[in-house]
Amino acid sequence: MRVEITVNGQPHSREIEPRLLLVHFLRDTLSLTGTHIGCDTSSCGACTVLLDGVAIKSCTVLAAQADGCAVTTIEGLAGEDGLSPVQEGFRQCHGLQCGFCTPGMVMAATALLAERPDPTEQEIRNGLKGNMCRCTGYQMIVESVQWAAANGGAR
Amino acid sequence: MIPAAFSYVRAGSVEEALDELSRHGGAARLLAGGHSLLPAMKLRRAEPGVLIDIGRLRELSYVRADGDRIAVGALTSHRTLERDPVVAEQVPLLAAAARRIGDQQVRNRGTIGGSLAHADPAADLAGAVLALDGVLVARGPSGVREIPAREFFTGRCRNALAAAELLTEIRLPAAPGRSYAFEKFSRRALDWAVVGVAAQERPGGGVAVALIGMGPTPVRATAVEEALAAGTPAAEAARLAAQGCEPPDNAVASASYRAHLAEVLVTRAMAAL
Amino acid sequence: MIGSAVPRKEDAALLTGRGTFVDDIHRPGLLHMVYVHSTEAHALISGIDAEEARSLPGVLGVWTARDFAGLPPRPSVPGLERGYLAGDKVHYVGEPVAVVVAADRYTAADAARAVRVAYEPLPVMATVADALAPDAVPIFAPLPGNLALEQQVTPDDVTADLEAAPNRLRARLVNQRCAGTPIEPYGVLADWAGAGPTVWATVQAPHRVRAEIAERFGLARHLVRVIAPDVGGAFGVKSSFMPELFLAPELSRRLGRPVKYVETRGEHMVHTYHGRDQVQDVEVGFDAEGRVLALDVTITVNVGGVPDPVGIGLATLTSYMLGGCYRIPKIAARFRSVVTNTTPTASYRGAGRPEASFLIERVVDLVARELGKDPADVRKVNLIQPDEMPYQTPFEGIVYDEADYPAALDLLLGELDYAGLRAEQARRLADPAAPLLGVGLSTFVEMGGFGPTPLFEQFGYLGGWESANVRLQPDGSVIVLVGTAPHGQGHQTALAQIAADQLNVPFEAISVLYGDTAVVQEGTGTMGSRGMPVAGNAVRQAAAEVAAKARTIAAHMLEADADDVVPIGDGFQVNGAPEATVTLAAVAERAFKPHLLPEGTVLGLENTAYFEPKNLSYPSGAHGCVVEIDRDTGRVSILRYVCVDDCGTVINPLTARGQIHGGVAQGIAQALYEKVTFDGDGRPLAASLEDYMVPGPLDLPPYETHHIETKSSFNPLGAKGLGEAGATAAPQAVVNAVVDALAHLGVRDVEMPCTPERVWKVMHDAS
Repeated sequence: MRVEITVNGQPHSREIEPRLLLVHFLRDTLSLTGTHIGCDTSSCGACTVLLDGVAIKSCTVLAAQADGCAVTTIEGLAGEDGLSPVQEGFRQCHGLQCGFCTPGMVMAATALLAERPDPTEQEIRNGLKGNMCRCTGYQMIVESVQWAAANGGAR
Repeated sequence: MIPAAFSYVRAGSVEEALDELSRHGGAARLLAGGHSLLPAMKLRRAEPGVLIDIGRLRELSYVRADGDRIAVGALTSHRTLERDPVVAEQVPLLAAAARRIGDQQVRNRGTIGGSLAHADPAADLAGAVLALDGVLVARGPSGVREIPAREFFTGRCRNALAAAELLTEIRLPAAPGRSYAFEKFSRRALDWAVVGVAAQERPGGGVAVALIGMGPTPVRATAVEEALAAGTPAAEAARLAAQGCEPPDNAVASASYRAHLAEVLVTRAMAAL
Repeated sequence: MIGSAVPRKEDAALLTGRGTFVDDIHRPGLLHMVYVHSTEAHALISGIDAEEARSLPGVLGVWTARDFAGLPPRPSVPGLERGYLAGDKVHYVGEPVAVVVAADRYTAADAARAVRVAYEPLPVMATVADALAPDAVPIFAPLPGNLALEQQVTPDDVTADLEAAPNRLRARLVNQRCAGTPIEPYGVLADWAGAGPTVWATVQAPHRVRAEIAERFGLARHLVRVIAPDVGGAFGVKSSFMPELFLAPELSRRLGRPVKYVETRGEHMVHTYHGRDQVQDVEVGFDAEGRVLALDVTITVNVGGVPDPVGIGLATLTSYMLGGCYRIPKIAARFRSVVTNTTPTASYRGAGRPEASFLIERVVDLVARELGKDPADVRKVNLIQPDEMPYQTPFEGIVYDEADYPAALDLLLGELDYAGLRAEQARRLADPAAPLLGVGLSTFVEMGGFGPTPLFEQFGYLGGWESANVRLQPDGSVIVLVGTAPHGQGHQTALAQIAADQLNVPFEAISVLYGDTAVVQEGTGTMGSRGMPVAGNAVRQAAAEVAAKARTIAAHMLEADADDVVPIGDGFQVNGAPEATVTLAAVAERAFKPHLLPEGTVLGLENTAYFEPKNLSYPSGAHGCVVEIDRDTGRVSILRYVCVDDCGTVINPLTARGQIHGGVAQGIAQALYEKVTFDGDGRPLAASLEDYMVPGPLDLPPYETHHIETKSSFNPLGAKGLGEAGATAAPQAVVNAVVDALAHLGVRDVEMPCTPERVWKVMHDAS
């Protein structure tokens, strides 16, 4: 079947198998490998992207379901003026170590800040509970999101 | 990680979805948000030959006040339930349960109809709809029928829908200003309930108490409800929480711990009412 | 720059989706490899039917063990050589039985599903008790009693010392099986183009992997190139020699196309090796003050279904560290490694040392409880004092470097407000409505900085040193090639900080490269908290040599004596002559101009150093945990977690904090959440992230971190390492707190993980 999906502002039209997962469409079909796969049970959140502006786990959405929709991936976050505030927050506060969960974590944090520009620590942890990190123990991720909230938010 | 191959049909209307369902018989499954079905397909625990995608049927995504009932379209997302003002005012228990589901990503995609039809015995919304005395509306080739929530869940991940039927709406008696409680005990914050309790002060008086994680289906804690109705103090009534239940005994929790949790959570729910 | 909390050089790519993990790499003609795993824990393979799988369009083939019979076995315990796929018999659920290659990953997955394996079941021994039972069936013919290794670590017999001790107690402690669970599973991409393969893999020691691959294929090492690109966490579990490291190159060779294998999470949970899984039988003798006089320990390790050469010996490290931070005159230790029908076990963050720390810290608490003394006081009477350092333990060659254990404990007790907590605990005990409060302490010391070579050779490594090549570019910028293969530790940043100080070059002007055997000189790798204590010193040494040479050239350019030339801002000046300066860039360029250099000067400004540490280093500290227990449900909540760490010299406080946090998080996870379990038939019950309880952001607390910086004299940097410290200290800090909260009920132990149900049962049974 044919799908038309706009990714990071760029429209793509591709012939796909109906069972193709959105995450594989991004990674294998479009070579946007920033979105990662860490599990097969929708648990870890490494594959989080924005679908029409809301955070979703792209391993649990068919590319067919995203037909006609707009996807934002980690590759679409930084602008010509540099890292987004969330990305910069992670850099400043050492919110990443191996970096594998990071794209999903950053996308989930971006969605969180879009809805709650000034979250409490508990709200940050709650907003990121669908994202697992094995390196940081989460505290420096929380601090990264707080940094972002104070420095431009979800932009 | 990768689902078996299937053919994909996107339904443009409820009628089209029903036609496709009839045409493919048992080979077809409906795809709403996909957050119950796709994980099962990825692990190849489900291998439907045809997926009928009803995810775009906007006509099934709504929350409406309809006299003394609230009508919720089957494709309403958990996220909508969390923040819809009508839900918040008329059936806040539903919002409280929706807020406890999975994570933001799952709540953005998951739908009330998909969750109920999946009929997981530990599903948060199932408990809430059961406690609210909800009625599920099914459309099939022979028309529309109403199924009370108490009759909808027929077994572990089994429901009362016929093969060619589609769940379209959930009708809930409005309970504005009535107290409610949703208590969920999970291992990690992200997990399904080990045991959960949805309690609702009923418009007609009395308290409805539903349990999740306490058997092959979500159940009403009838013994607790009757004891409360008979004026038994809440703490004492809570001791009856597990009566008649057949809680699973597995790696998540033992049956005896679940029975104990049911009592604790009912006690807490009663205190919160 | 050492000591400066600079953000990491690694982050810009990783934050923008421009990292390069194995599965991100594409090669023209790429094929995908998938395993067929055993679904039985112990069975004979009576037949494999791959016809349907082979017939699927896009499938290039299906291979079984006999197809690889010509390859030498993969790295194995002598006498128990392992093939790449199960042969006549499977030993655990998840053992690879066949391998499928197809043109895309979807077809490969379909084909793997289509392979039918027929099994004749054998009796399953899913536990150590089953495997050691008199009627147990040997899992391997050469091991009739299922004992892979039995070792008396110390010659000492402490029976007489125990008998002479005023007090004695016994305990059985369980350190459960955990899964490392990096968020990126294992992956390999092999492209055998030309004379040998290039292998991109999620590994921690690329040179070691190169050597193993070369040996299997009978190739000289220069023909094999191993690249560890960005690696998404490893925690020790990416140091084992998984069969895919050899199968992917071999299939690439046979098919003449690149072959990629990437584990699914479900596979990872049964296929990649687990860690810990020790039962410890302890007897301790002590005096009235709580002084430990003698310790007798028997460790039983479940090494799983195929003994791993590292896994079977890890309890040696546990034995060496049994004394912890305490002056214990007599220790007797022995262990046995038992095979069972479960996934093999090997290294996981701390690899043998957290098990020791858990043991001794639980024992000290038990001693305190037995005597009715405060656990802090019992620790104080036993701690090794700073003036006793370096401290020779009862184990030959195990010598602790400089540290101040009492100061770490005092700092911890102060930060905790220990006395205040005890008062609050008493208040809550008296109020049945209040959640129970518990305080747990753990001092700890572990081994970091692995080598030296004589020790590290025993684990199959060429050496225990680490290498660094420091090379000035003609513009004065710097490239450092280092033999480590980090996977989140931030070596690009920390090693650049070390080089910056030695070379007097801005941090921004330094790039650190690693992980490619075709680019980097012989290296060892990243494990055993060796980054800063070993690689850091190699960089320091190489950079110092380069700096010295630069100074000589500067002196020549300034027509001064080298001893009169001093480093300034961006170059050198003649001492006392502010106008006689030269920039480092000018010096660097001059290093490539033979006609402008003194006769005999070696061209270029570079140096390669191999740093061999004098001994292991010994990171230490004291951690404390405050928990609250819900009396109704048994749920444990951590109210505070306080760390005092002494990792010697801190290179970058920001990344140091991250390492401590991550280790503590994994330690708390072991204490409260995680356990790999099997049913009686050896079927895994925790084979996904839904069932294996990796904690999320709401399940872990904030951490309070403090440092004491006692430099080690064992290496010039004075660094001790810290990657494993948190995971070593945390489990028993948490468990001690849980037991402390329940002590009034007579509770002596709660097995890990202290889940709500387990804690509730313990409370229920005790009251």
